[in-house]
Amino acid sequence: MRIGLILGGALAGLALASAALSAFWTPHDVSQLAIAQKLLPPSAAHWFGTDHLGRDILSMAMLGARTSLAVALVAVGIGMGLGVPLGLLAAARRGTWADEAVMRGNDLVFAFPSLVIAILITAVFGPSAVNAIVAIGIFNIPVFARVTRGAALPIWTLDYIRAARVAGKGAALISLQHVLPNVASLLIVQATIQFSLGILAEAGLSYVGLGAQPPVPSWGRMLAEAQTMAVLAPHVAVIPGLCIVLTVLGLNLLGDGLRDASDPRLRVLR
Amino acid sequence: MIRLEDLSVAINGRPILRDVSLDLAPGNVTGLVGESGSGKSMTALAIMGLLPQGARASGRAMLDGQNLLEQPEAALCRIRGRRIGMIFQEPMTALNPLMTIGDQVAEVLRLHQGLDRRSALARARERLDRVGLPGSRFPLTLYPHELSGGQRQRVAIALAIALRPDLLVADEPTTALDVTTQARILDLLKGLVRDEGMALLLITHDLAVMAGMADRVAVMQSGRIVESGTTESVFRQRRHPYTQQLFAASRHVPARAPRPATVPLVQVTQAVRAYRTADGGLRALDGVSLTIGRGESVGLVGESGCGKSTLARVILGLDPLQGGGIRLDGREVTAQGHMPRDLRARMQVVFQDPFGSFDPRWRVDRLLAEPFHLTGRPGDWRDRVAAALTEVGLQPADARKFIHEFSGGQRQRLAIARALIIRPALIVLDEAVSALDVRVRAQVLDLLARLRADHGLSYLFISHDLSVVRGISDRIVVMQAGRIVEEGPPEALVGTPRHEHTKALVAAMPRIPEEWT
Repeated sequence: MRIGLILGGALAGLALASAALSAFWTPHDVSQLAIAQKLLPPSAAHWFGTDHLGRDILSMAMLGARTSLAVALVAVGIGMGLGVPLGLLAAARRGTWADEAVMRGNDLVFAFPSLVIAILITAVFGPSAVNAIVAIGIFNIPVFARVTRGAALPIWTLDYIRAARVAGKGAALISLQHVLPNVASLLIVQATIQFSLGILAEAGLSYVGLGAQPPVPSWGRMLAEAQTMAVLAPHVAVIPGLCIVLTVLGLNLLGDGLRDASDPRLRVLR
Repeated sequence: MIRLEDLSVAINGRPILRDVSLDLAPGNVTGLVGESGSGKSMTALAIMGLLPQGARASGRAMLDGQNLLEQPEAALCRIRGRRIGMIFQEPMTALNPLMTIGDQVAEVLRLHQGLDRRSALARARERLDRVGLPGSRFPLTLYPHELSGGQRQRVAIALAIALRPDLLVADEPTTALDVTTQARILDLLKGLVRDEGMALLLITHDLAVMAGMADRVAVMQSGRIVESGTTESVFRQRRHPYTQQLFAASRHVPARAPRPATVPLVQVTQAVRAYRTADGGLRALDGVSLTIGRGESVGLVGESGCGKSTLARVILGLDPLQGGGIRLDGREVTAQGHMPRDLRARMQVVFQDPFGSFDPRWRVDRLLAEPFHLTGRPGDWRDRVAAALTEVGLQPADARKFIHEFSGGQRQRLAIARALIIRPALIVLDEAVSALDVRVRAQVLDLLARLRADHGLSYLFISHDLSVVRGISDRIVVMQAGRIVEEGPPEALVGTPRHEHTKALVAAMPRIPEEWT
């Protein structure tokens, strides 16, 4: 189990570090085009080679990491920030109109195909990274609300919740102090899943031109642009693809590892 | 005839069973008694070939000259059910909730005897009749949720004996049941052994149940059989110190100073708690009136579903009332939220399940300090936690541990420490010792008696087991179907019960024969 946590942490950390680093420095300046240098294979000067406009792919991938991670992070933040409190509320007021309202609202959002709505939003408000964030984020809310409610319901029947009520605590305080920490492990796993889904969704939206717009680099658009040259210079397509795969894999491993590490019961078993 | 010879089991190199030898003769009840972790259930699982992963068994478990421990899984599958049947403690989870009881019993017959559905169902009917579920009231089409706990245990028994096995293994078959239901299930098992010539391996921690059931008994401690023989000789002689300890603990009565209960602390008057259910309404409390005096210990006894836990919840102000009222110190108790904190701080609670009573993510100091929410956390709260830990016989250093690091008995001590920390006047103990082993139970009962003497506490001690309540209560209240049917001092109530229901409860209490002691 430990190895998953370390490997996941390393992969996700690498993506995060390169995203952070790209804010200050990249090996090459990607705003300068050098057509003469186009489609170079990996070399000492260009570790991952260059693309069809002669830009350094390593630099592009680092900048793309920033876009992908930022979009996914904020989208998950929106989903958790609204979904978890809604789920806790529904569980605390189970069986009442508040519970019904939250859950039927969820059903309503779930009833719409998410990618179609994302396309709709970007079609109305124009394609941009911000609109992609909003579109992905909205669809994260019901996911978190449902997972939170489902995990919280059995906890509300336990004796330690009754003991907390005997200690005079109200539903809000009990939700915060007892329920949330005990559903946290599930939420961490769900967050990493949604995070990786967010990266995939951002890549997908950018791939069809509805995400981050040029000149902001994005893994999805790098893939789209490399499509026609995949036979000529495979590395142009392989690098952004690998970036997506490894980041998603790393996040999933990290999520599993964090869940195991955050549970005091599992800590002893090891 | 099944014979265990020097059966030893180790799990991941750690020895669990050591040199267990037992003869399970047809028409005989063999009892296996001991505390949790002594290896009783592991012995049963070894016979069934159901040992957990990583377990290694040595020695022999002989059935018809075959060593069961050396049989391949496929052969064991034919033996399980056909030659050896098993019933478990928890009747709620032993049946498939999505299958009718008829199909579940018939499935065993179809699987092992290749019967077609119709004749399998006919046989299932006959087996269910045999375990006391007659066709007129219990058609084959019932689902498990339509049955009570005792009825489900009967279905589980019908499943286990469907193929008329040579050996029936019963692992704490009545521990989860009411006393009166327990008596009927034990009668049924006895009858089956007598009529069908089965061998019964009965596993229990309850010496009184053992006394009434077993022909031979083996006492287990730490994976070894420390004493065995005919039930009467083991009970009379008690050669091994562990057997003596078990006996002393199971008949232990904590020292009790009866107090004159003059000033009332809790007054429940004509309390009504009604639920709306699918088929009309249910009155969990139907006009209950009860007084608990200051410093008094009141035992509340009744079968599951009689409303005793509901009464506890309304007294604690967790559930609302639909009629009547509850006063504590002369002030009104109302459900949740509206109740003043200083009034709520006069009561605390200890629950049955030592595993569900604590948030697994909190450390002990924070858990014990939770009731301070009512009074405001004092500056010296860490000292108060340390003092409470010392008072219940634990170490102040335990404050930094997580709850899973404690045994069941220790957790129940922690629950008592949590209830004590704000010095309430009343502690409600809801089946607080039912899940504990006899020796631990005796210690916890002593602790409760001492704390009561030291702090002048009142207890409302709820249990389905009259024999436990008897030792710790000044007065016993018997509930049935939402009403109080009888109350009185323990000696009088057990000695000369007046109400029919009390008589039934007293008659069902398992006892060790007087002349054996």
